[in-house]
Amino acid sequence: MTLAPLSGLLQEGAQPAAYEPVLPGLIVLLPLIGFLFNGILAMRVGARAAAAVRAGGDGSEQPDDGHRRWVTLVGPGVVGLSFVLVLLNFAGMFHADLHDPVVVSYWSWMVTGALEVDAALQLDQLSMIMMLVVTGVGFLIHVFSVGYMHDDPGYARYFSYLNLFVFFMLVLVLGASFPVMFVGWEGVGLCSYLLIGFWFQDREKADAGKKAFIVNRIGDFGFLVAMFLVFTSFGTLAFAEVFPEAPALLEYGGVTVTAITLFLFLGAAGKSAQIPLYVWLPDAMAGPTPVSALIHAATMVTAGVYMVARMAVLFALAPVSSAVVAAVGVLTALLAATIALAQYDIKKVLAYSTISQLGYMFLAVGVGAYYVGIFHLMTHAFFKALLFLGSGAVIHAMHHALHPTHSHADPQDMRNMGGLRASMPVTWITMWIATLAIAGVWPLAGFFSKDEIIWYAGLAASSSYPALFTVLWVLALATALLTAIYMTRLMVMTFHGANRTGREEARHLREAPRVMTIPLVVLAVLSVVGGWVNVPEEVAASVLGLAGALPTSEWLHHWLEPITASATEIRYEHLGEPAHAAPFGGGEVLWAGLSTLAALALVLFTARAAARWKVVPAARAAAPTGFKSLLFNKWYVDEFYDRFVVQPVLAASRFSWRVIDAVLIDGAVNGLGLVTRAGGAFVSLFQTGQVNTYALVLTLGVLAILGFVVF
Amino acid sequence: MLTEALTTSALLFVIGTFGVLVRRNAIIMFLCIELQLNAVNLALVAFSRYVGVEGQVFVFFVMTVAAAEAAVGLAIIISIFRHYRTVNVDNFNLLKW
Repeated sequence: MTLAPLSGLLQEGAQPAAYEPVLPGLIVLLPLIGFLFNGILAMRVGARAAAAVRAGGDGSEQPDDGHRRWVTLVGPGVVGLSFVLVLLNFAGMFHADLHDPVVVSYWSWMVTGALEVDAALQLDQLSMIMMLVVTGVGFLIHVFSVGYMHDDPGYARYFSYLNLFVFFMLVLVLGASFPVMFVGWEGVGLCSYLLIGFWFQDREKADAGKKAFIVNRIGDFGFLVAMFLVFTSFGTLAFAEVFPEAPALLEYGGVTVTAITLFLFLGAAGKSAQIPLYVWLPDAMAGPTPVSALIHAATMVTAGVYMVARMAVLFALAPVSSAVVAAVGVLTALLAATIALAQYDIKKVLAYSTISQLGYMFLAVGVGAYYVGIFHLMTHAFFKALLFLGSGAVIHAMHHALHPTHSHADPQDMRNMGGLRASMPVTWITMWIATLAIAGVWPLAGFFSKDEIIWYAGLAASSSYPALFTVLWVLALATALLTAIYMTRLMVMTFHGANRTGREEARHLREAPRVMTIPLVVLAVLSVVGGWVNVPEEVAASVLGLAGALPTSEWLHHWLEPITASATEIRYEHLGEPAHAAPFGGGEVLWAGLSTLAALALVLFTARAAARWKVVPAARAAAPTGFKSLLFNKWYVDEFYDRFVVQPVLAASRFSWRVIDAVLIDGAVNGLGLVTRAGGAFVSLFQTGQVNTYALVLTLGVLAILGFVVF
Repeated sequence: MLTEALTTSALLFVIGTFGVLVRRNAIIMFLCIELQLNAVNLALVAFSRYVGVEGQVFVFFVMTVAAAEAAVGLAIIISIFRHYRTVNVDNFNLLKW
């Protein structure tokens, strides 16, 4: 053996650190192992319970709880280990100077003619941020679930689904080509369906799962069509080949790239709950609350934003699609925020809040501020996961309070809560932190990310479609104010004022166990500091940045630059570099200061106003009237869809079934059978069974053929 | 020479065919089939004089198959006889669906 390879290694070591991925496959594989382990346990538990029922039990006894210790260890454990590996990789990438994505290819997945797809993972700055969020926040939510789901008979099944979800989510963010990403995309949809309908004995919850799945299919159709279009244009589906070639192969603003991006956005709108496909997300609250935190707030629903940021080059090439993305985002944000104002179910408020915040993220990626979309995605994952887990702790406490008196009051209805801060101080304080963060109060995480979005929306008004983007900018500001109002309303109705649970029930209200409160505290810390990774330079130098005392300045911006640079270049080339001013004058610091003051003022105002409301428990409350009833009934969008989409589709299906299938197709098939049988019956008359007849016919036949051949 | 042989062969074949068509005794019909086979054999042998040895090889195959066929056919006729006590084919009309 020569020393040549060794010296090469030394030379490489001498350079300022190249990034070497640390076991990227294992990051993905660990949750899958957890899924298999917990899944096998769940099947054994299920089989044993079924055997107990057959043996004469009523199914309520829990024969064996020994498996729970293992599930508790393995379920969160594998995700925690994945998180550690991601941190190792992050440390490596942090110190390295990485420009091109690192693609780790495992095997050749599909080779058919012109199409070649590798099972490959792509590690770059963008997937790194996503991995940190998915495994980090995911781990905290797994830990929280240990407390939340502890008494559920489906404990092992729950964790197996949750692990499977993390696996598919990692495949989604790490996939190095459209098909691999699509596998993750479909997989998380499946897990979402399984977990929404986790308590499938309840018809309503099972239906909510189906609704989520079907609405998502509409979006997936868009993703697939976009994938086909990309393949016909590029002849390949690998990200590392498509994106660098896109500016040369696709005409700026051309039909192809506009079609590709619009179909992609249809997929994103399905997965990320945007107009017109947002209706599944509020219903998805039927699942266990930690699931809402993980899938329907922090990770899966942000996949659409991630996808648009990942395909930034394509969207930058299609200005019309980008404007559509931004406009749909703002409209969704505004619509969902208005609905959130009038909901009473604590999780429904948070669900509409999530839709609204996702709208903000789409606004960001729509105006070309791709890193800002990811920035808000990250901070939103912190404070929205915290809000959902906090509401989970509240529901948990309410459930246990209502249980001893067998009360049938809804444990999720805020009208039945009130004054919970006395018994749940940790939940109360952490949720207030998250509320201030989402409302955009300085210096919490949401302030920096949301402010960047609104700022960039304002900047977009100076480049293309000035009128449109000015309107979007104003709507985005208005939505920010609505956010402050509906979140404060939620907090006041839940934690402040007089207790409305009932005297006997109130005695049973308890703070959640420590396994649930510790994730809340960690997320609260992240909700405070999460925004400091990207303090804009102007803000950092001003009073709002404590004159440079906040630790970093636009770190995330620079970190994601290798991903977004080419897209930004394309935008600048065609739209011009935007002027550094908001539509009505004023710099970034002025608007940031104004918006945080407005948010804070609205929080205080709403809190004071809400304290004087006379809230009656849900059972005795009258139905809302007037405009409030319009908001309470979600602008009747579900009813509209039912009337104009669902019923026509059902009618068409019924027509296909009763007329086309039952009459035409069945008639043709049955008719063919009847004709054949009748023909057979007629021909069999000639079959006498007499050997001589057969011999005679045979001979005559031979003679006939012979005659035909000879003459 | 060939003409005589082929005429004999044709004659034998027609006799055999006629026998199969008009007779009702299974044994007789069976023998008539053998007659047809051997008529063909005769023709093959006659041709092999002019064409080559393949015709004679073919005849051996026909004889082998005929022997096998005779064994199976006689066995069938015997078991039919045991069942019906007759070998008149007019009595057998089960050969249909």
